[in-house]
Amino acid sequence: MSKKVLARLQKRFADKILAVDSFRGDDEALVSPSDWLEIALFLRDDPECAMNHFIDLTAADYPEREPELPRLDVILFVRSLGKNQRVRLKTRVPAGAELESLTPVWLGANWTERECYDMFGVRFRNHPDLRRILLYEEFVGYPLLKDYPINKTQPLIPYREVGPSKLAPFGPDEGNPFGRIDWLARMSGRNLQVSPAIAVQQGQRPALSVDEEDLAPPASPELKP
Amino acid sequence: MGEMTTTLLGEGNGFATTRMDALLGWARKYSLFQYPFVTACCGMEHMATAGSRYDIERFGAGAPRFSPRQSDLLWVVGTITQKQAPPLKRIYEQMTEPKYVIAFGTCASCGGFYDNYTTVPGVDKIIPVDVFIPGCPPRPEAVLDGLMLLMEKIQNGDREPAVLPPQKLPPLVQLRNKQSA
Repeated sequence: MSKKVLARLQKRFADKILAVDSFRGDDEALVSPSDWLEIALFLRDDPECAMNHFIDLTAADYPEREPELPRLDVILFVRSLGKNQRVRLKTRVPAGAELESLTPVWLGANWTERECYDMFGVRFRNHPDLRRILLYEEFVGYPLLKDYPINKTQPLIPYREVGPSKLAPFGPDEGNPFGRIDWLARMSGRNLQVSPAIAVQQGQRPALSVDEEDLAPPASPELKP
Repeated sequence: MGEMTTTLLGEGNGFATTRMDALLGWARKYSLFQYPFVTACCGMEHMATAGSRYDIERFGAGAPRFSPRQSDLLWVVGTITQKQAPPLKRIYEQMTEPKYVIAFGTCASCGGFYDNYTTVPGVDKIIPVDVFIPGCPPRPEAVLDGLMLLMEKIQNGDREPAVLPPQKLPPLVQLRNKQSA
């Protein structure tokens, strides 16, 4: 893409565009949370940008980022159908922060902002109906934050007693170990292995920072060392 | 229960004797009215099983009833999320006695590869299950095997959960002429 939108943004807003990036035709601008609504409005209303198609709004969690940077990226994807161009707008907010809602700008932002709130806990100011959209109201916490334990469930009804173990071949560790990343250990700097369980399973060379206890396979007789 | 039922044919007088529970089991196993609780991709195999090629009607289990009050066999087909667990339990409680449950596929049986905040690790955590059919998804042949296993358990009055054992497949047949390739 021709970076026209980025040039236009930089010309109009100058210092408010903190960084720009273009990679394989994908343009991206980083802005401060306080300018979020203003720049989004400009993207929609400026005749040279004319971003009339809201694609998506989501977030990404980087808990291991430098401590002075907020850990969440909120990312907006918009496109201009008439001008055949698209751009990503990014901002960085701390966990549990408030951000201006874009629902008055693009109606489509309504549900994606609810999803973003549901999964990451970003609160959108002036959102018409900020409730959980996929999970249930009783859910505590935000599951796509990296420090939410990946296999912690919050059942709505109490589980039945099904005996000490499940019937073969359904062992307690039937699930894939991909998700078993100990993020709490990672964030404290103790274990930088992607997933200790899968590393053991695939015979990978252990990372230097790994403790012996991190390499112990999870309590499952099926998992081959 | 468990022993073979002897059926004496009347000498042209048109009557037969049997045990009451055996008669009831025989009647129940051939008149299963299913409630398909279909949530995920296993539903495609469920539809394939319900198609004419596999003719599930020959077991008397073909007719789906979309009201739980008219059905006695609950097929849990696909992943059950925590949010879906209360409706599933409620539907099970609304069904008429005697009621049977089949967990169709790995997700319904144990959560499958979903090891996360949102998936119920097996519907037996919510409702009692009679037959587990492993597979991701199970082929219609496996589903019919599971149904026959359930029918056998109904005939024997056996309510212990059971897992469909793996089937021994015949060796593959080489259909293509190797010289012509």
